Amino acid sequence: MTAFRKSEDRFVVSASALQERAEVRTTNGNTNGRFDLLQIRPIRWLLHQRAFQWVLTTATLFFFLLAILTGLFGTPAGNKNFSIIFVWIVWWALVIIVLVPFAGRFWCTMCPIPIPGEWAQRRSFIGKRPGKLLGLGKKWPRRLRNIWLQNFAFLGVAILSGVLLTRPQATGLVLLLFVVAAFALSLIFERRAFCRYLCPVGGFIGLYSMAAPVELRVRDRDVCRTHTEKTCYLGSAEGYGCPWLVFPGALERNTYCGLCTECLKTCDRNNIVVNLRPPGSDLLVQKGRRLDEAFKGFIMVACAMIYSAVFLGPWGWLKDMANPATSSGQGMASPTRYLAYAGAFLAINLLVLPGLFYATTWLAKRLGGLKTTPRKMFIEYAYTLVPLGLLAWIAFSLAFVFVNGSYAFAVISDPFGWGWDLFGTKGFPWTPFVPQVVQYLQTGLLAGGLVTAVYLAYRIGRQNGADHAGALRAAMPITVFLTTVTLVFLRLYLG
Amino acid sequence: MRVFSQRLSQQGLIVVVVFVSLSLLVAFAPVPVDALAGTPTTREITVEGRMFDFSPNVIRVNKGDHVVIDFAAMDVVHGLYVDGYGIETEAEPGVPTRVEFVADKAGKFRYRCSVSCGAMHPFMIGELIVGPNTPFWRAVGLTLLAAVGALVFTATNRTEAAR
Ligand code: SF4
Ligand code: SF4
Ligand SMILES: [Cu+2]
Repeated sequence: MTAFRKSEDRFVVSASALQERAEVRTTNGNTNGRFDLLQIRPIRWLLHQRAFQWVLTTATLFFFLLAILTGLFGTPAGNKNFSIIFVWIVWWALVIIVLVPFAGRFWCTMCPIPIPGEWAQRRSFIGKRPGKLLGLGKKWPRRLRNIWLQNFAFLGVAILSGVLLTRPQATGLVLLLFVVAAFALSLIFERRAFCRYLCPVGGFIGLYSMAAPVELRVRDRDVCRTHTEKTCYLGSAEGYGCPWLVFPGALERNTYCGLCTECLKTCDRNNIVVNLRPPGSDLLVQKGRRLDEAFKGFIMVACAMIYSAVFLGPWGWLKDMANPATSSGQGMASPTRYLAYAGAFLAINLLVLPGLFYATTWLAKRLGGLKTTPRKMFIEYAYTLVPLGLLAWIAFSLAFVFVNGSYAFAVISDPFGWGWDLFGTKGFPWTPFVPQVVQYLQTGLLAGGLVTAVYLAYRIGRQNGADHAGALRAAMPITVFLTTVTLVFLRLYLG
Repeated sequence: MRVFSQRLSQQGLIVVVVFVSLSLLVAFAPVPVDALAGTPTTREITVEGRMFDFSPNVIRVNKGDHVVIDFAAMDVVHGLYVDGYGIETEAEPGVPTRVEFVADKAGKFRYRCSVSCGAMHPFMIGELIVGPNTPFWRAVGLTLLAAVGALVFTATNRTEAAR
């Protein structure tokens, strides 16, 4: 019966689709500069295929498993091992330079990590199997419904970067750990608990996806309000309820929608849209700003800074500190030295940078005559670090991707470093790609991030009750802080 | 974000034009770098490479200097590749090699090991700073202009509602 009704609905929908699309989305306001990509027929068709996500994730799962295997069993020489080169250069460049800035959470559409667990939950690869998901389906603990665990998981991985970036076995193990953890969580908790609350990658992808020029939203909220079945959240015969525990009808920011395209299939009111929009729109959404996200902002900026010094700087002693193993790779060089590094690393991430920023926002509050609490001011202004941090990460990543990207050609032919030559490119020499141009790109990126961040500081002041002059005065100390951060990056890259 | 869709006031437009022109000036205005650098001399430097750094790790020369690097590997085979100059050499332990070039481009150029030598090899990096480092100072100027420009622009483009 329902099936019949649905197909009838769909007929009506498609008949009036053109007219509907032409209508302006009035109820939610903010149609500013938006264009629904689903109006393009091939895109609409593609995203409505149940196999869409399956094809992407199966492809990435193949490379992911290869990275685990090459990591664990391949050569210990990092730059000759598929896992190191593909994870830390190719994948990383893809995510931070291409996907996040241009397509938000699109990586999560194709990410293989939660896929084995999701297949198990659904007991299905592509199709929708009726009935409950497999597993205990427990609710995630209320106190952990935030991204603090993601923050700490990221710090945990980041602190080991000296090892992970250089030792294939470590990379292989960590990838294996991710997929096993995601699988286990899928069996214990409902839907994609791992993605939502634990994945170290998901945390910053979510935060920075606010800057993306793409968003998934509903066309008309009133339609959602009257749609009591809420098939997007609960699932239907066409697909599963939102794996990310998001109700699309309430979406205002990209942060926690994993772009799985499931709701496109389950919404029988044709109410889901995928918009192109002015980049960074979500940064002006005040609702949802939280301390855990604010800290994610600090952690990312601090890590970009530390990495730039450790991995791009000329200081051998610093590299030694960050690398807990001896140069021969046998055992620990000096535990105390590494612990000192780890301590300093955590302190900069969690105390120094946030502390300095707290003082800055306190000053901003005084200067701007803002009535909100210092804590609130700290959280709100921390979002200025999103554009600056994202562009700083791109700037940092360009430097090693351009220089070391050529390794990819060699390892694709010889992923294990065992002397294979699958595509005849095994002997491809290390060829730095225009290393000197990177500096100019870095300068442009950082300056662009700074301009956006400063403007955002003003808008945040206005959002918190300051008048024009007050918001400007409040933006002054924030600007000084942001400029100082930018200059530190410039010093590391060009100075 | 209304940054892009917001209609520019006339004042705003003036601010943009002024700051963009200033930025172009800071970025491209010719500076008598060669005069600042002084008379070119020959710099002979011995660089030692070991896992995983160089010593010296920072080399400062002036634009126009004739640079002679004697490169020695202290433990295993290392390479020396200079970004931007594209110069490359390799040395086995006990067999130093020599490269020579004229430092005709100002700025910071990383030099790195070009022979896989162990775990931290991709991060074995030193810095050749060819002074005066005009690219850096231009970048600093641009950054300061960007910050001030963004503030002045916001000051002249009052946002109406507090949203
Ligand atoms: S949150 Fe993490 S595991 Fe989940 S889809 Fe995104 S990147 Fe993959
Ligand atoms: S809102 Fe839609 S696209 Fe986003 S995660 Fe949920 S079901 Fe997937
Ligand atoms: Cu070396």
